[in-house]
Amino acid sequence: MIDVEQVITQLNQGQLFEYSGGVHPPQQKSLSNTTPINTIPEPEVLYIPVKQHIGTQGSICVTVGQHVAKGEALTQSSNPFAVPVHASTSGTIRAITPHPSAHPSGIPEMTVTLEPDGHAQWQLMPLLSDYMHLERITLLERICQAGISGLGGAGFPTHLKSNPQKPVECIIINGIECEPYITSDDRIMREHAWQIKQGIDILRHIIKPKHIIIAIEDNKPQALDALKTACLEDNGITITSVPTKYPSGGEKQLIQVLTGAEVPHDGLPIDIGCLMYNVGTCFAIADAVLHGKALVQRVVTLTGQALGHPQNVWALLGTPISHLLNIAEYEPSKQQAQKVIMGGPMMGFTVANDTVPVVKITNCLLVPDKQELPDIEDERACIRCGLCAEACPAGLLPQQLFWHSKAKEYDKAQAYNLDACIECGACAYVCPSEIPLVHYYRKAKTDIKHIALEKEKSEKARVRFETRQARLLADKQAREEKHRLAAEARKKSMDNKGNDAKDKIAAALARAKAKRAAAQNNSSTDSDK
Amino acid sequence: MQFSLSSSPHNRVRRDTGQVMRMVGYACIPGVLAQTWFFGWGTIIQIALAMITAVVTEATILELRKKNVSRGIRDYSAVVTALLLGICLPPLAPWWLVVIGTFFSIAIVKQLYGGLGFNMFNPAMTGYVVLLISFPISMSAWLPVQSMAQTSFGFFDALSMIFTGFTQTGYNLAQLQLGIDGITQATPLDAVRTGLLSGMTYSETLSASIFSSDWGWSYGWSSVALAYLLGGLVLLQQRIINWQMPISMLFGVILTAGFLSMLSPDQTGSITYHLLSGAVMFGAFFIVTDPVSGSTTDKGRIIFGLLIGFWTVIIRTYGGYPDAVAFAVVIMNIAVPLIDYYTQPRVYGHKS
Amino acid sequence: MTLLTALLIIGVLALIFGAILGYSAIKFKVEADPLVEQIDALLPQTQCGQCGYPGCKPYAQAIANGDEINKCPPGGDATIKNLADLMGVEPKPLDGDHGVEDVKKVAYIREAECIGCTKCIQACPVDAIIGASKQMHTVIIDECTGCDLCVAPCPVDCIDMVPVAPTTQTWQWELGKGVGDIPIKQVQ
Repeated sequence: MIDVEQVITQLNQGQLFEYSGGVHPPQQKSLSNTTPINTIPEPEVLYIPVKQHIGTQGSICVTVGQHVAKGEALTQSSNPFAVPVHASTSGTIRAITPHPSAHPSGIPEMTVTLEPDGHAQWQLMPLLSDYMHLERITLLERICQAGISGLGGAGFPTHLKSNPQKPVECIIINGIECEPYITSDDRIMREHAWQIKQGIDILRHIIKPKHIIIAIEDNKPQALDALKTACLEDNGITITSVPTKYPSGGEKQLIQVLTGAEVPHDGLPIDIGCLMYNVGTCFAIADAVLHGKALVQRVVTLTGQALGHPQNVWALLGTPISHLLNIAEYEPSKQQAQKVIMGGPMMGFTVANDTVPVVKITNCLLVPDKQELPDIEDERACIRCGLCAEACPAGLLPQQLFWHSKAKEYDKAQAYNLDACIECGACAYVCPSEIPLVHYYRKAKTDIKHIALEKEKSEKARVRFETRQARLLADKQAREEKHRLAAEARKKSMDNKGNDAKDKIAAALARAKAKRAAAQNNSSTDSDK
Repeated sequence: MQFSLSSSPHNRVRRDTGQVMRMVGYACIPGVLAQTWFFGWGTIIQIALAMITAVVTEATILELRKKNVSRGIRDYSAVVTALLLGICLPPLAPWWLVVIGTFFSIAIVKQLYGGLGFNMFNPAMTGYVVLLISFPISMSAWLPVQSMAQTSFGFFDALSMIFTGFTQTGYNLAQLQLGIDGITQATPLDAVRTGLLSGMTYSETLSASIFSSDWGWSYGWSSVALAYLLGGLVLLQQRIINWQMPISMLFGVILTAGFLSMLSPDQTGSITYHLLSGAVMFGAFFIVTDPVSGSTTDKGRIIFGLLIGFWTVIIRTYGGYPDAVAFAVVIMNIAVPLIDYYTQPRVYGHKS
Repeated sequence: MTLLTALLIIGVLALIFGAILGYSAIKFKVEADPLVEQIDALLPQTQCGQCGYPGCKPYAQAIANGDEINKCPPGGDATIKNLADLMGVEPKPLDGDHGVEDVKKVAYIREAECIGCTKCIQACPVDAIIGASKQMHTVIIDECTGCDLCVAPCPVDCIDMVPVAPTTQTWQWELGKGVGDIPIKQVQ
């Protein structure tokens, strides 16, 4: 548990902590952060995936052909891990089918296809302007119903995070945005600092932390000023400028930078009394509570040298990226192979095609030109230079993880704490042999998960098989027992009734014998004739 | 529109293995120039011979192993190995010596273990040790610093010496080695060692012939060492090598030499003498910093370097050979897995 | 006398060492699963019987008694390797007589065609099919091991073995082999 008083004193004295490792990739932020967030025309069609967060998906509560209003829920569920998705604008539902997903694999997932009617007719939820006098459960309910999950990247349901079972020392508002190129948080902080402050106030009312820290990287001075102005008369909020280094915006790294404490490897930030929210999430919370608006849009950075007009836009959730690429004047000829990265250059993934939709965690579309981010060459032999270990913010030995992951020696990889890897990409960024280290780790991690799942499944099958065997055996024994008992009963009843019964049987047998003999005689006489 | 896929991170530092190796090569230039200045053209010829042998051997073996030959050559690791070995060999050693040594380094020490990245031992130093043990006479064929020798000879003399064993004017090596007063001139390390073995004290050996010229004691050797120090500092500044290994190795030498000379000043050289003679400076920046066969953790590198420094001085003082950097490196290569295992950094969120 | 001393010393030593050995045998006893249990834990528990034994446990018993380790197609090379490690023998390629390694499948009953004969229910080794006589049957997908044993008994042939499609949750970042996999170039 952190000592929040001491942390605040240290922050006020300008004292921050360092984490080992980290890298300084070229920032490239000025490409897109010079113009205000653009409001763009609606696309002709929206593809809204029914699951856009970590957890379970709700059941679809609309039908094809149905007309929906902007902000109307498309899914519902009573499961606390389900967060609804909403119609991003008013229009008609054209299909509910699998559609290529905003996921590295691009595997189709269940998606609602919505054709906008052009009116953008809102269906607002009742305003909760007087939230200071409302129960926290009402507010949590609203945050859940508005479909808010972490907009920073992980997509964890916000209402679950905001209902901790442990005391909260401090809330950290993450305005770091350490990935190169991305400026969506930067722009939203500059332009909507007040609403972010409102969101923070709501969170403060719900969670009642001892203090709130807003952390912003020192390459965003305007955003820092804007939030400082917004929080001017608030003593419960400390705004801190953090030196630019990748990946300071990682949850664990930022907690370490601000408090000097580390999240235990098998725990969550709440275990040391911290909760972290992205600035975009705070904005969305204020929208949901004070304006009754569900989460239907987010800021997306469109950037990269292959775009004629890089900018930040308000994109409706479900907007196919082709629409955004058109708006930013995508020039495919500037690329060797057509490639669009969703997210930043360090942790983003390439999307499968241009119909992939914007989802809640889409903060950036990066379209690099030929020279900007050239395709990696073939990996070369590892020369054990150790640059990766110096770059690793988690204190791992990426080389050992690499050897063991590649050789599929997963138990050894786990002994080197593979699961502590946050896949930030710092190791692969510095590797002179251009080994796609993170790819090996991801492969190993999913394999380990898969093996564990299989193990669990086979264990279940074994139990079911054995139970069935036992049941069959019991059935058989029961049957035999029944037969035996019946036989015994018969025998007993014969014994009880004594000679009488025996005689009857004997007489019956004698009769049968006589009959057979007679028949035989007849037949023999017949043949004699 | 379908898009092409790739794996994150999508951007990378544009400094690949080949560039790193080439930088190491360039950083050797001051040292090689100094060595050529003081010891003649032999060094350059040895380096060229070693490089040719290395590239041919590497290419042949990569071909045999059905690997991409041009990619393998273009990582420049074989060239750097050859360069380092060539620098260490006596300038006038016969040609077959360098060929055997380089072949052993590349074929046995590196490729037999699985190629770049898999060799347990430092290829150049293991090749050197093999030569030193197998051909001790040829390996001590160092000439006195040129300015001290009576007969100076040029590029073609060196070439002829290496390939035929005689200079153009018909002198052989032994005749060249006979110095000013008819005493065989060896390296300062040899001289001190011989002196100490024959019962002289350290200060007495220093006043012997090799040190008694106008140039002060082993002016040539220490200048070469300082030239390598210069190259090493460039590598440090460019962040091609880590500071841990070279600094801790020099520290190891200083500590051990300091301790021993306090214990028996007559039997061991001074700290400066140990630092500036033989291969210590060159080794600290160009040999122990070989990443493949060295330790990979920060703490491990410090231990690795310290112990190399320690063994260097110990073997120089008590062992059978005058210089010991190669032996110390090879000994510590063996210990690397153990060092790495016990110096793992603390992982985030885990207790130490 | 000397002889006696020597005997005595040896005897006492024998007693002491015997006591130490006996003590450590109890104190440091290694609790090991019986071999059959350990083998059984490595088998995939599909209970498909392709090995020629009526289930995984009987095959585990057979391996413990010296049968070959390469008769399990659902487990494939991974299981063979694990078994080889456990048994301390060399891994062998899968015995083709018992089938080939296939993608993971589950049974699917075309419900319109099901006549409710319960034959598949009796065949299922893990009770993953529910239904009753003259009623439609269905497969509990999560419990199905893909063993294939229900397909043959079905009189109207209404059971299909459907490959399990990867989802975004189960997708495995293959190293550039299948469709949708991210190509990376690795050195062998």
